[in-house]
Amino acid sequence: MTIASPIGHPQRLAPASDPVLEIKNLSVDYGYDDDPVHVLRQVSLTLGRGEVLGLAGESGCGKSTLAYAATRLLPPPGLITGGEVLFTDRSGVKTDLLRLNDTQLRASRWQDMAIVFQGAMNSLNPVYRIGRQIADGIRAHEPKTSQKEALERAAELLDLVGISPDRLRSYPHELSGGMRQRVMIAMALALDPQVLIMDEPTTALDVVMQRQIVEQIAELRDRLGFSVIFITHDVSLLIEIADRIAIMYAGEIVEDAAALDVYNKPRHPYSSALLHSFPPLRGPRRELIGIPGSPPDLSRLGGGCPFADRCAFAFDACSKVNPELVFPNVPGDDPRRSVACLRHDPAAVRAVGEVPLPVPAELSLS
Amino acid sequence: MRFFLRRLGFYLITFWAAVTINFFIPRIMPGDPVSALIAKNQGRISPDAAEALRTLFGLDENMSLWDQYVQYWNLLLHGELGTSFAYSAPVADVIAGAIPWTIGLVGIATIISFTLGTLIGSGIGWRRGTWADSLLPISTFFSAVPYFWLALIAISVFSVTLGWFPASGSYDRSLVPSFSWEFISSVIYYGTLPALTIVISSISGWILGMRNMMVTVSSEDYVTVAQAKGVSERTALFGYSARNAILPQVSSFALSLGFIVGGTLVMEIVFSYQGIGYYLFTAVAAKDYPLMQGIFLVITVAVLFANIVADFIYGVLDPRTRQEG
Repeated sequence: MTIASPIGHPQRLAPASDPVLEIKNLSVDYGYDDDPVHVLRQVSLTLGRGEVLGLAGESGCGKSTLAYAATRLLPPPGLITGGEVLFTDRSGVKTDLLRLNDTQLRASRWQDMAIVFQGAMNSLNPVYRIGRQIADGIRAHEPKTSQKEALERAAELLDLVGISPDRLRSYPHELSGGMRQRVMIAMALALDPQVLIMDEPTTALDVVMQRQIVEQIAELRDRLGFSVIFITHDVSLLIEIADRIAIMYAGEIVEDAAALDVYNKPRHPYSSALLHSFPPLRGPRRELIGIPGSPPDLSRLGGGCPFADRCAFAFDACSKVNPELVFPNVPGDDPRRSVACLRHDPAAVRAVGEVPLPVPAELSLS
Repeated sequence: MRFFLRRLGFYLITFWAAVTINFFIPRIMPGDPVSALIAKNQGRISPDAAEALRTLFGLDENMSLWDQYVQYWNLLLHGELGTSFAYSAPVADVIAGAIPWTIGLVGIATIISFTLGTLIGSGIGWRRGTWADSLLPISTFFSAVPYFWLALIAISVFSVTLGWFPASGSYDRSLVPSFSWEFISSVIYYGTLPALTIVISSISGWILGMRNMMVTVSSEDYVTVAQAKGVSERTALFGYSARNAILPQVSSFALSLGFIVGGTLVMEIVFSYQGIGYYLFTAVAAKDYPLMQGIFLVITVAVLFANIVADFIYGVLDPRTRQEG
């Protein structure tokens, strides 16, 4: 979807005091040998209750890996090497999903956190009717429910996403891509989960369908009050749907702020570059600038900032120290936003014996 | 339902074509069976008997090709397949006597092999990369060994040396075939070794096929979704992974069912087991045309029938194939 200006629900930042999902220092390696690739490095992310958190970044930056790791669905050779994923249930009890045993994990899945995957085409089992597939998930968690009751609930769920309940007896191949993705959303909502992770749910769909699905998600969120982690490489889409956006680059989060703040006043050079790589529909004409170079090879990261090679504002310190998430060095910014850039972190620059440079005008818009 | 009717129509046409070809081929071939028989007996049958033989084989009447064709169908539909030279008995009776043995032994062995192999393959594929993978080379070794050699080794070890199983035959010849427990247990006892060699030599294909499909299917999104839904390991394995991985297995299974009838020549020769393959072998050796033709017809029908079954099973298992084209 090309950019539309931000519309939809008002921007609001969920209070950090009521998190439903806290990912802390999560690290993931690919490969079991002596030289694994560190795909996620110490990623921390907090999802507030009822919040829509957008996760954006280029292909291969670790967005999907983060989603798979947080749900422990990481396919081999992925390996979670450290961190915590704390889930807070409705009564306020926190559990670390990474420390559950298989039975507990199975019971938690779908009930607490459901996922809608990228491939609308392949997410449904081709040989079962969709009703049965929705019922499967319900009955796995509520063994006492009869198949008939489960199917009745599946019919209600289909109705919820705007599909006629008589489609229960359809096979996946009889549905269009958009309908399949709606079925997946209905399936994800079957057990009234508190967190919905959507991994590029609209990527395989045309723009009209994209908009319908996104609006549907926003509407369902308002009605049912679940929290969403919405993963996409389409920043313009996120500005419409998300309350807060986290920008990922090379396995790390480089900026985390309210959606409108990211859109209007990006603080990280990468966020800024991402926003300049698609045209705005409204506002003054501006030159489109792509991001030069390509993402770094994750198996060959040096000690410095992974974005330094492509960054217009890089200076000497950038090759020496990898910046951590700090409060942006811009007066008057929302205190809850954070950015990982040495331009905003003079202390880290001084620590390696370099002279800090000021924040450039592009990164300190207000 | 229309899908099944259409498939059935397709198979009827195929059956007609197969039978028609079976009718024409001997008539296109040079020479005739009577002179071949006389030549084979090198003077022991006087040429004067040729007329009598023609009458015996039903070749005496001067009929047009079309009338012969109609008569052929007529006889065929009444189960008349002619008279075997070598056994001097109606071909239909010879085949009817042989077929239960082949289908019983090889059929059961194939079903065991398919079921076991598919189950083992699912298990190995589901836990790929563990110790279970080391089963593969072992089973592949046995399927790479030529079957007749494997069978002879089995006979030499289990029959000659250890004396656990009989070396040949299909039941204790001192018994009268009947539906008594004694006779049936004798059949099972005689059939164990041949069945075992068939299972051992063919199971590897099933394991390998299923394992590889499992590996492919297990990385499909819908299997991940099943895991994410928190369904039990059993449901994810059998309901989602194996349920889809088995589809190509079913078509191979159907093909192998068709070849049960004709494809076990070597086993039946090595174990002197009086099935279809054994009779086909003797018919070829004795230039017994009617018997050969009858057996070929039976094999054709068996392959066709197995394909029908496979098509229908496939239609039941995979809703996508039922779509009207």
